[in-house]
Amino acid sequence: MMIDVSNLRKSYAGHTAVADISFQVERGEIVGLLGPNGAGKSTTMRILACFIPASSGSAKVAGMDVFTQADEVRRRIGYMPENNPLHPEMRVREYLKFRARLKGLSRGASRERVDAVLTQCSLEDVSKRIIGHLSKGYRQRVGLADALVHEPELIILDEPTIGLDPSQIRSVRQLIKELGRRHTVLVSSHILSEIEMTCNRVVIMREGRILACDTPENLQKRVGKNGHLIVEIAAPLDELKICWEQMPELAHYSISGADGEYHRCNLALSGPHDLGPRIFALVVERGWKLRELSRVRHSLEEVYIRLTRPESEEESR
Amino acid sequence: MQAYLTLARRELGSFFCSWIGYVVIAGAMFLMGLSFVALLEKLQGEPTPMPLTQIFMGGCFWFIVLFSAPVITMRLFAMEKSSGTFETLMTTPVSEWQVVLAKFTAAIVFYMLMWLPLLACVLVLRFFARGSHVLDAGTLGGTYLGIFFTGCLYMAAGCFASALTRSQIVAAMIGFAINLAFFLTGYMAGPMDPQRNWAGQVLSCVSVTGQINDFSRGVVDTRSIVFCLTSSLFFLFLACRIIESRRWR
Repeated sequence: MMIDVSNLRKSYAGHTAVADISFQVERGEIVGLLGPNGAGKSTTMRILACFIPASSGSAKVAGMDVFTQADEVRRRIGYMPENNPLHPEMRVREYLKFRARLKGLSRGASRERVDAVLTQCSLEDVSKRIIGHLSKGYRQRVGLADALVHEPELIILDEPTIGLDPSQIRSVRQLIKELGRRHTVLVSSHILSEIEMTCNRVVIMREGRILACDTPENLQKRVGKNGHLIVEIAAPLDELKICWEQMPELAHYSISGADGEYHRCNLALSGPHDLGPRIFALVVERGWKLRELSRVRHSLEEVYIRLTRPESEEESR
Repeated sequence: MQAYLTLARRELGSFFCSWIGYVVIAGAMFLMGLSFVALLEKLQGEPTPMPLTQIFMGGCFWFIVLFSAPVITMRLFAMEKSSGTFETLMTTPVSEWQVVLAKFTAAIVFYMLMWLPLLACVLVLRFFARGSHVLDAGTLGGTYLGIFFTGCLYMAAGCFASALTRSQIVAAMIGFAINLAFFLTGYMAGPMDPQRNWAGQVLSCVSVTGQINDFSRGVVDTRSIVFCLTSSLFFLFLACRIIESRRWR
């Protein structure tokens, strides 16, 4: 067990940032903490990184308590805080060397490791440049290199792709995936696709509580049991409506006009049916024209939106 | 020890990576130059029994100390806190004491480097006076010891002020207020007779102006050394507790 959090609670004067959460992370997993801003993700990570203590409950990293054995825990984690603070006046290599020495690596080992992480994070070309002059994407990689430099068992990344452009996000995501082969990674984000693509397991948080903790696939199944079909057909509207109403497998449907003679139908199924072939046969039989027939896969986004919708909004529905 | 040295070296380097270090040194050199001119003027007038260093220290010394000390120390913690690097620093395996001591060491080393031009002024005088009797090594050593020990006190107070806040301006202002308070006790001690009432006795012990005066005459008084070191330790202890306080809030 790499991370063992049980009944963790953190309250600041007047409000509770994290309320009684428990979760476990096994060695070698990539786990994503997902939730809207202010859900308690950063607080949880700061507690795990031994920056602030919890108000109650316990958190263990590699079997060691983050409060009583903070020094041992700090040696084992690489932490990149939100917004990735760096010393802008230093040069990339100089900064990484400084951080490696600070984390207790010997002179020789630090030189070796700095070279290794420069290669790993594709920073060789900018190793002599001043951090303050680098683009955001490069700075983010410097932050990642810093988190990796002492070969930690656990890597904690708080919003690693915030403020990056799509191609930079892709490269950071790729890097995180590669890290997952050798380290345990805990990564937070409020952007879903990122978590969906990189993580083995997702912990969804809202207002300091854990709402769900499962693999992305299982979470999808939870919401989209029955599924939806999108069909675009050129047919007389009245006939089309009669057809849909006669199908018992449909829970409900809606038709909106597409361009020209086509109608776009959104069909919600009442059970786990496979209606595709039947619709196709129907179209052939009636001599209609069909240009789209697709199954809508429920994305993690819907799970996320459903789970993290504020309570007040849910009640008003 | 490794973490302490690494941190201290980086802190010292960062003084020279920003304009602040150069501005402070330039300002201090300008004021030292003024003191030097004033000293030359005085030497051309009537003969005086005071050692050169004492006349020199009577010039712009306090100006330099009162204004440079808060500027040197204001960024130590405040900047790390406001930029967020404090979080990356405190999540590495270093203790609060190592961090505080490293920053203090960097500040005091920079402060002593700032005072090096004084040595040049004194050596120039000695060269043109053609005689070692004008300035003996004892008074010069005493003067530098005085600068070092009062510097420790002021740097430690600045560390404490910087640890209190995340704004550099506020840190500088708090530091300046503490430094000014120490400086003014000297003036208050002046008219009181230390032999007769206890307040006068206390004030004369904590009067840094009086202590610097003694040091610049070449008189090394252990009372002043003990006072400066213990109060520095006290301020460093406070700074350390403030940094730790995030762990018990």
